Amino acid sequence: MSEPRKKKRRRYSLAQDIQLALQILILVIAVLFAMFPILWVISASLNPSQSMVTQSVIPPLPETRTVFAEEAGTLLQVAAAEGTRVERSAELILSVQNADGEAELRSPKNGYVRNIRYQVGDAFEEGAALYDIGSSYMINFHILFDTPRKPFLRWLLNSVVVSSTTAILVVLVSAFSAYSFSRFRFAGRRNLLVLILLVQVFPNLLAMVAIFLMLQQIGNHIPFFGLNTTGGLILVYVGGGMGINIWLMKGFFDSVPREIDESALVDGANHWQTYWRLIFPLVRPVLVVVGILSFVGSYNEFVLARILLRDTESWTLMVGLWSYVSVSFAQDWGVFAAGAIIGSLPALLIYLGLQDQIVGGLTQGAVKG
Amino acid sequence: MNTKTAEGRRALGPLSAASFMRLGATYLGLIVLDAAALYLMYAFAADGIWELAITIGLITLGVNIINLRADLYALRWIAPALSLMTLLVVFPIVYTVYVSFTNYGDGNLLTKTQVLKLLAEQTYLPEGGKVYGWNLYQNDAGDYALWLTDEVASDSYYFATLDSFEPVSAVAAGGELPEQFQGYRQLSRGESLKAASAAQALSFGGAQARIGIAGRREAGEFAPRYEYVEAQDAVLDHKSGELFPANYANGQFESAAGATLFTGFVSAIGTKNYESFIERDDIRGPLARIFAWTIGFALLSVISTFSLGLFFALLLQSKRIPFKRAFRTLLIIPWPIPGLISVAIWRGMLNSNLGVVSNIIRAFGLEPPPFFIDPTWAKISILLVNLWLGYPYFMLVCSGALAAIPRDMYEAAEVDGANWRQKFRSLTLPMLLVAVGPLLIASFTYNFNNFIIIEAFNEGGPPMVEAGTVPAGHTDILISYAYRLAFGGGRGADYGLASAITIIIFLLVAGVTLTQYRLTKGWEEISENV
Repeated sequence: MSEPRKKKRRRYSLAQDIQLALQILILVIAVLFAMFPILWVISASLNPSQSMVTQSVIPPLPETRTVFAEEAGTLLQVAAAEGTRVERSAELILSVQNADGEAELRSPKNGYVRNIRYQVGDAFEEGAALYDIGSSYMINFHILFDTPRKPFLRWLLNSVVVSSTTAILVVLVSAFSAYSFSRFRFAGRRNLLVLILLVQVFPNLLAMVAIFLMLQQIGNHIPFFGLNTTGGLILVYVGGGMGINIWLMKGFFDSVPREIDESALVDGANHWQTYWRLIFPLVRPVLVVVGILSFVGSYNEFVLARILLRDTESWTLMVGLWSYVSVSFAQDWGVFAAGAIIGSLPALLIYLGLQDQIVGGLTQGAVKG
Repeated sequence: MNTKTAEGRRALGPLSAASFMRLGATYLGLIVLDAAALYLMYAFAADGIWELAITIGLITLGVNIINLRADLYALRWIAPALSLMTLLVVFPIVYTVYVSFTNYGDGNLLTKTQVLKLLAEQTYLPEGGKVYGWNLYQNDAGDYALWLTDEVASDSYYFATLDSFEPVSAVAAGGELPEQFQGYRQLSRGESLKAASAAQALSFGGAQARIGIAGRREAGEFAPRYEYVEAQDAVLDHKSGELFPANYANGQFESAAGATLFTGFVSAIGTKNYESFIERDDIRGPLARIFAWTIGFALLSVISTFSLGLFFALLLQSKRIPFKRAFRTLLIIPWPIPGLISVAIWRGMLNSNLGVVSNIIRAFGLEPPPFFIDPTWAKISILLVNLWLGYPYFMLVCSGALAAIPRDMYEAAEVDGANWRQKFRSLTLPMLLVAVGPLLIASFTYNFNNFIIIEAFNEGGPPMVEAGTVPAGHTDILISYAYRLAFGGGRGADYGLASAITIIIFLLVAGVTLTQYRLTKGWEEISENV
């Protein structure tokens, strides 16, 4: 929009200043558009009340509310000990004896039980302060890490295991192929390279039905690679993530002078030794890039993981997080938001840390076309 | 060892001890691999899953040839990648084609071989067979056993555990049954009733006799119920005497009266799945609309994300903007966040009743639109969310491409008196499109199959009424429709139909890619790179 100005002209006209102000204004609005969901998710993760009704950009302050007795009675039993976390606002806190017989007092809101002011057997008046419920900014994180039927740490571990194994295997296997395509000249080499690129046009997400049926059959005989297993998912990711990486690596291998390995071969090393001792260290940058992209790719993958992993215990992070918001009427946005922040961090840090390299790679590719 | 090229062999001379050992390791590895492959091939063939058995066989054969022939040394390095790609990319594509011509789905989940195996395990109590009275025993391990009393000659007894059957002569006729027998304890009446349903599913007596519980007082010797008559390709039901010939048109064993057995088998049914695109009203209408929306969604997504990305890139080009790097970093934030998480966040923010966006709209005294319930609003919302997800990529790409346009071209245009609009239309945009064009097409095919946003935003909803029991929604794209048919539940899985729809996607993606290569002469570029 704004073209390079002549350097001689130091002073800007009023029209240009207005234009600049307008540009900055647009950028600020754009940043608001980009950041609004991020701010919302941070706010939601800190919001101690798990209902969406009270959602706002700034989360309400944690508060302590005292629960008063509606009528006089005697305390029969303390069902929730001091400090107990109340997740849903219907948990039993106290059993009391009043005029109508036994009654159960349930928590009116989410938070932690504090200051139970009566001992079992004590009598209390109508309107007496029974106990406090205190909320906290961290309650969503506590729930996230401590809900046995939704094992968040297990999901995180599964995700890390799947993504790092996938990344390592993809790097190793495609680097072997790239070395061969770069260093050897053999019949059918060009056709094979084109074929690999062609096959990659169809991501294996498209064949999800076939992959599901295949893993089901394989699992009957090799349980390690069946449905519901980390092994099966890794196999699918590795198989699907090969083609484009072979091309990427081959390009980089080509840029390493052939004289290096030729002299080694003349000195009596075989190809295996040349590869590991000479070439592998030289191409490390591209291996790191491919490894990171594979890691982030399989870490973020959701569709195949959801189809292939059916048990809660075997889920990856994305499948698990999805379970917090997918079921209508049982959505838990606060806990989801807490998990979303933790779950986004690895990819976010990698991308922002390596922003320049990744942008460089992208735009280079774009300019080359 | 034969893994050496000509140079290597010259350098090292004749076969050394080390290379001999490496040769041995190669053979050993191949033997282990072949043994595993043979086992798998046998197992899959026994299940009647020939396509998988053959694929594994071909891969193993290839690996063997590559490793045994010295002139294929270069391929040895590629063999792992090729094997994995064949099994996990090529085979699934071929298998999808096969499944699309079958009735694979709920009710037809097993191959014919697997169904026959299942039928062979079914037993029944033939009429006129020997009938016993029974008492239930159990040992410490929890295994059940039966004490059998011959109903006709009530003085003869038998004891049947899970794998043995023997007459007992130790007890007098009509006498009390022993409390303990061979480590088994007699269950009381109440315990027996409780355990009866579990015991009823068992077959006692091992190989000698198949004794099963037939009723509250009766046990009897069971006989196999079904028999496969190979000559007629039919299953004979011994219980009813009926013959159920295999009907390959619907994958069922079907009697003359039209009755079918309890499970069907996977059968090639020709082009029936494809015909249903045209013939079945509940599929034709939704499919046409889903198809149109898929194209529209992909096109509009590319146009909107590219336009906004380019716009921001141009803004950030301006020299006088302060904090440029901070602006850029903040603007690309949506990009690295996992797609599922981003879409789910929007799903929460747009919630019609309680979402924060609806609340803001209400604060201005307006009624928030039904983002999820109304088909048009759902589509608009999805495009908006996809815009948020997708513009940073094009912003980055366009910044790079803009920087690469030579300065002197602008200067020349300025000398010719061009204003910024003319410069943009006849200089910036054409130059940019040359560089970014292939990425636009790649983005089109990506969005064409952008399953996550459709699924995570609204599961394809709101549902189409005319689709009836076939699950289809107004925002479904082809891939999510295929997913719903295969895994959506409700009506039951229909892998055959889902695969047929996947084939449409394959053809479209292949068509787009081919056109792209034609337009950009990509093949020549590839040849140069090779």
